Amino acid sequence: MSRALPIMQEKRQQLPRATSDFDEKLASHGVELRAGTFETLQVNVGKLCNQACKHCHVDASPARTEIMTRETVDQILAAMRRFSISTLDITGGAPELNPSFRYLVREGRRLGGRVMVRHNLTVMFEPDQDDLPEFFRAHKVEVISSLPYFLEQQTDAQRGRGVFEKSIEALRRLNAVGYGLERSGLTLNLVYNPVGAFLPPPQDSIEQDFRRELLTRYGISFNRLYTITNMPIRRFLDYLRRSGNEERYMHKLVKSFNPDTVEGLMCRTTLSVDWTGRLFDCDFNQMLDLRVAPGHPQTISELDPAKLAVRTITTGTHCFGCTAGAGSSCGGAVTASG
Amino acid sequence: MAYYEEDDLARFSEVGKHRPDLFEKFMAWYQACQEDGALSRREKALIGLAVAHALQCPYCIDAYSQSCLESGSNMEQMTEAIHMASAIRGGASLIHGLQSHNSVNKVSM
Repeated sequence: MSRALPIMQEKRQQLPRATSDFDEKLASHGVELRAGTFETLQVNVGKLCNQACKHCHVDASPARTEIMTRETVDQILAAMRRFSISTLDITGGAPELNPSFRYLVREGRRLGGRVMVRHNLTVMFEPDQDDLPEFFRAHKVEVISSLPYFLEQQTDAQRGRGVFEKSIEALRRLNAVGYGLERSGLTLNLVYNPVGAFLPPPQDSIEQDFRRELLTRYGISFNRLYTITNMPIRRFLDYLRRSGNEERYMHKLVKSFNPDTVEGLMCRTTLSVDWTGRLFDCDFNQMLDLRVAPGHPQTISELDPAKLAVRTITTGTHCFGCTAGAGSSCGGAVTASG
Repeated sequence: MAYYEEDDLARFSEVGKHRPDLFEKFMAWYQACQEDGALSRREKALIGLAVAHALQCPYCIDAYSQSCLESGSNMEQMTEAIHMASAIRGGASLIHGLQSHNSVNKVSM
């Protein structure tokens, strides 16, 4: 039986205030935001996390109780089977803390799909999680890990005291089993996001810094670095409001609108599933409870990519976060330059 | 009346009100200077930060602090740039001590 749904009691967060409407901005540049070819099913398996990062758009923490059930996981696997979905992108919270996580990875891989896990590194030091590097390797999982900076002060300021030291140790363990090493076939991508209310630097440039500094300081290797813009949602929006930065940050996002990013936005090729099985255009819309446009399938059990293919993406002022500068997605910058 | 309002930075273009042609020429030159060239945008932002401190312009310090962060510099690098500007400022004052010495020597036995 399904458990109580705390999300239903959660207050819908007010959208960030912006001087410009996102849809009007698109129209003024003569661009439309419609779904393209469906490629990736991004599954948020719950809000439980061993960390409580200051920028988290999920508001995830050790206190959260929302967790996807095995029944919903089975509905996801059934949808993957039925529609030959090629990429499964598992996120959270810390997805590894969901009791059905390893089942989802194993079965997802058995269906032949590419499986990506948004792994926060420190969860490896939680009870019964120390074999994660070997588990990831055994199932050829693509690991994507947040490391906002190659220095302790910045990383701990965003992700909590002691996180940097644990993250470095976790990266060493991943390297030790082959992740991030040339010709190993085991992908370890890192995620940079600004430690504060500013936009990320050019991805190629900061990737070079990370590669040089992580190798020389700690002997760590990785494949790619993705830059992701902090989204004005949940905890990061709370920070913006508390620190008096909301107006300035939103102004920066609107002013930096880049129409060239629209074609590559991840919402065009991704569907996002929440812990209860509801469908959204992206994980950010999920946290704002902005559902897939009415008249289209609304849950994973109703999923039909053909019916969702022509939908208009649901937008809000937070969307300026993905179109600012070089653009932002779960796979990093959308264009080469801003 | 308060000086140096934070919001004035975003109103910079109003300076062009009475001679927009001159302001446009300035902006075209200013923006061309910021682009990647023989120096990267990041290096240029650090130079901008250093000059902003030498000039002690609060608008420029604000703008170039943001530019430095958004071009990938960290506080250690930015602080070194500020020290460079300050050291040159200090040195520029100090070397004028020779002017003083020369002046004194000229009238001394």
